[in-house]
Amino acid sequence: MSLRFVQGFKFTKLDTPIHNLDPRSKFLLILGFFTTALMFTNIFVLLVVILVQIPVVLMAKTVKRWLQSMRGGALYAVFIFAANLIFGTPLVQAIAFGIRFLGIVSAFSLFFMTTSADDLGLALEKIHAPYAIAFTFTTAVRLVPTMAIDAQTVVDAQRSRGLELDKGNLMKRIRNYIPILIPLIISAIRRSVELAEALEARAFGATEKRTSIATLKMHFADYVVILLTIIGLDLAVYVYLRVPLPNPVIPIQVPHIKL
Amino acid sequence: MISVRKVSFNYPDGPQVLHDVNLEVKDGEFVAIMGENGAGKTTLVKMFNGLLKPAKGTVAIDGVETKERSVAQVSRDVGLIFQNPDSQLFAETVTQELGFSLRNFGFSEDVIQKRVTSFLHLLDLEQYATASPFVLSGGERKRVALAAILVWDPKHVIMDEPTIGQDYLQKERLRNLITQLVSQGKSIVIVTHDVEFVAECKPRVVLLSHGTIIGDGPAEHILTDPKLVDQASLKMPQIAILMNNLPSADRSREIIDVYSARDFLLPRIRTGTGTTQSPQKVA
Repeated sequence: MSLRFVQGFKFTKLDTPIHNLDPRSKFLLILGFFTTALMFTNIFVLLVVILVQIPVVLMAKTVKRWLQSMRGGALYAVFIFAANLIFGTPLVQAIAFGIRFLGIVSAFSLFFMTTSADDLGLALEKIHAPYAIAFTFTTAVRLVPTMAIDAQTVVDAQRSRGLELDKGNLMKRIRNYIPILIPLIISAIRRSVELAEALEARAFGATEKRTSIATLKMHFADYVVILLTIIGLDLAVYVYLRVPLPNPVIPIQVPHIKL
Repeated sequence: MISVRKVSFNYPDGPQVLHDVNLEVKDGEFVAIMGENGAGKTTLVKMFNGLLKPAKGTVAIDGVETKERSVAQVSRDVGLIFQNPDSQLFAETVTQELGFSLRNFGFSEDVIQKRVTSFLHLLDLEQYATASPFVLSGGERKRVALAAILVWDPKHVIMDEPTIGQDYLQKERLRNLITQLVSQGKSIVIVTHDVEFVAECKPRVVLLSHGTIIGDGPAEHILTDPKLVDQASLKMPQIAILMNNLPSADRSREIIDVYSARDFLLPRIRTGTGTTQSPQKVA
């Protein structure tokens, strides 16, 4: 099992128009994709949500890592599709739920690949989020790659003890992940306790009013992105309310599974 | 036998970690792989049980290439103990933790019970049999992780930094355990920075630097070579430093432990040769 798909959420400093956008305008854009994906269960619209993101990915020069995150996301999308099908969701809708998940993964992968944790913290402070919350959030983002490395180590350690993750039926495969998840959760808790103690030892929260050297400033491109997002969202709401959208007809009969 | 032939390796999108590495570890041999941080030591040992497959070259265990077998199949013969025990501990009790791998390898329940009991005793963990591994101290968790690998009796045992977090007594126990395992014909490979531990055990030392083997031989020879030790960002054992600082007549380059130093120095002190004058001070 490889956790390389997490690379698709890791920030790398590049000089591209997308990286240089203000995190607030970028987040609004991602929120636009997210909201549109949640609004619709139509396969065509959900595919458009993914396709529209491709030029942005190209501009951000992160195609390879975006594909990694999509490949990782595709596994979970298949799981969502299968779970929906098992619990009686019609085939077309089950497919739509899988594509919707991919659209959301794509949007957030794009955001995290192009936004540094520092910028994210500044953006949260700018919208008057309490510093403790902004710090917690940025620390969580920063720790994602570390957690991915930890997860790979745990997987390696358990495979070295004869654990075969892909062996057995569905229930067995799910159970196989218990020896992976428990060490990961325990180490995450241990790390958070140690981090909290280290922060307290360095007088975290001693000063109520903090100042910051770096400040965020909106540029022309940011206003263009905000405008395009608003237009796109308006269009999505209009289509949702006024335009009847037929889903494709898939000539396959799925037998009802009795649970 | 563990056989590594012309192995090169790089992580995806990363620089080359190993360059054309050749190494053979015979059955019943004790080898310490040493070198600076990032030298490729852990990467190399992860190849021994097939967790990583070489980009170039071959790694074979008892004549069978790791590329041809799954990690579980190779692990039946090669037990790899990870540096951090928290990477593997998950069960409710220490007993269950030890039984986990045995169940994965398909041992019968009565064999599992016998082996678990025996290894709890061997590693002095009997009093923790029903305790959660998470409430144990760091050193105890390390021993549980060690027992959890040794319990299936692998032919080759690889230990990544086994002495970290262990007090002197536990290091002594580890040394005795390694001696015992070697006498049973198992090959033992340890990855370590602990020169004093290696100086006491005196295994064959393989020195790795920037993914290349720069030294391979008896510990006494490798750890007393200032150039090699410096190149691998290590420090000579204290006794070797002492011997190097003695006047030239008393120097013996290949002494790295207290007992050999005593055997070398005592006759000279008694006969008054060399420059060392006071036998009482040494005794």
